[in-house]
Amino acid sequence: MTPAWMLALAGGVLIGLAATLLLWLNGRIAGISGILDGVLSPRRGELAWRVAFLVGLVAAAGAYMALVPGAPQPRTDFPRVGLVVAGLLVGFGTRMGNGCTSGHGVCGIGRLSQRSIVAVLTFMGVAIVTTFVVRHLWSWP
Amino acid sequence: MKRFTLAAFTAGALFGTGLAMSGMTDPRRVLGFLDLFGAFDPTLLFVLGGAVATTMLLFRFVLRRGSPVLAESFHVSNLSHIDRRLLGGAAIFGVGWGLAGYCPGPALAGLGVVSSEATWFVPAMIAGLLLQRLVATRPLTPRG
Repeated sequence: MTPAWMLALAGGVLIGLAATLLLWLNGRIAGISGILDGVLSPRRGELAWRVAFLVGLVAAAGAYMALVPGAPQPRTDFPRVGLVVAGLLVGFGTRMGNGCTSGHGVCGIGRLSQRSIVAVLTFMGVAIVTTFVVRHLWSWP
Repeated sequence: MKRFTLAAFTAGALFGTGLAMSGMTDPRRVLGFLDLFGAFDPTLLFVLGGAVATTMLLFRFVLRRGSPVLAESFHVSNLSHIDRRLLGGAAIFGVGWGLAGYCPGPALAGLGVVSSEATWFVPAMIAGLLLQRLVATRPLTPRG
């Protein structure tokens, strides 16, 4: 068995290579929230590549989780109300702040954008505080 | 399929493979990292570290080219100001991320195995995104 941290590092490098490939060939930033947003409000010539990217992402991740022995599987027991509230916040916040973990994190830091570095520090800090409050002060779920 | 579309598909597939291999598709790992005061799980650090080290190293060579291989120009944000919108959006995203442990990529990846949580989270995320557009007072500039 390959240790989890080694697979995490290798997976991270693959994500970085994927972002590099998209920038090098297509000139686009691999920001998932932005790519998804563009699918929902398509502009001329901007739809096909976004759909192709997302289909590739979902299919490849699904194939890996289904076919590779010992692949980490998604959680199944989180309260639905929590999923819905969190989903609304993630969708709203990533669009308002113009990016998520991939756009600001993987790509923005990669090109040393000050804006992205500030965004990453903000959402990571807030997420750490939120997790602390939810798990240790509120003991939920 | 046009080469431009095929290239995007390939990049997406590589991205999805990386997400699944790294374990980011399991929000328990993500929350294990964010929860500094629980059973700390450093996985996320290795994933983000590997990804950012790769882009930091390679983006500079890519952006040194005049243009991308299959397009006329790079579509990269030229925004530089740090405003309430950026900070507020990042903070709201942080609350959602810390609550359930999903950011957009891993949530979408969960659809690949029809994960029950993803089928609740993703439609809510899309609703949040559309809601933001409704209340936004000015149009968004390049995406991240």
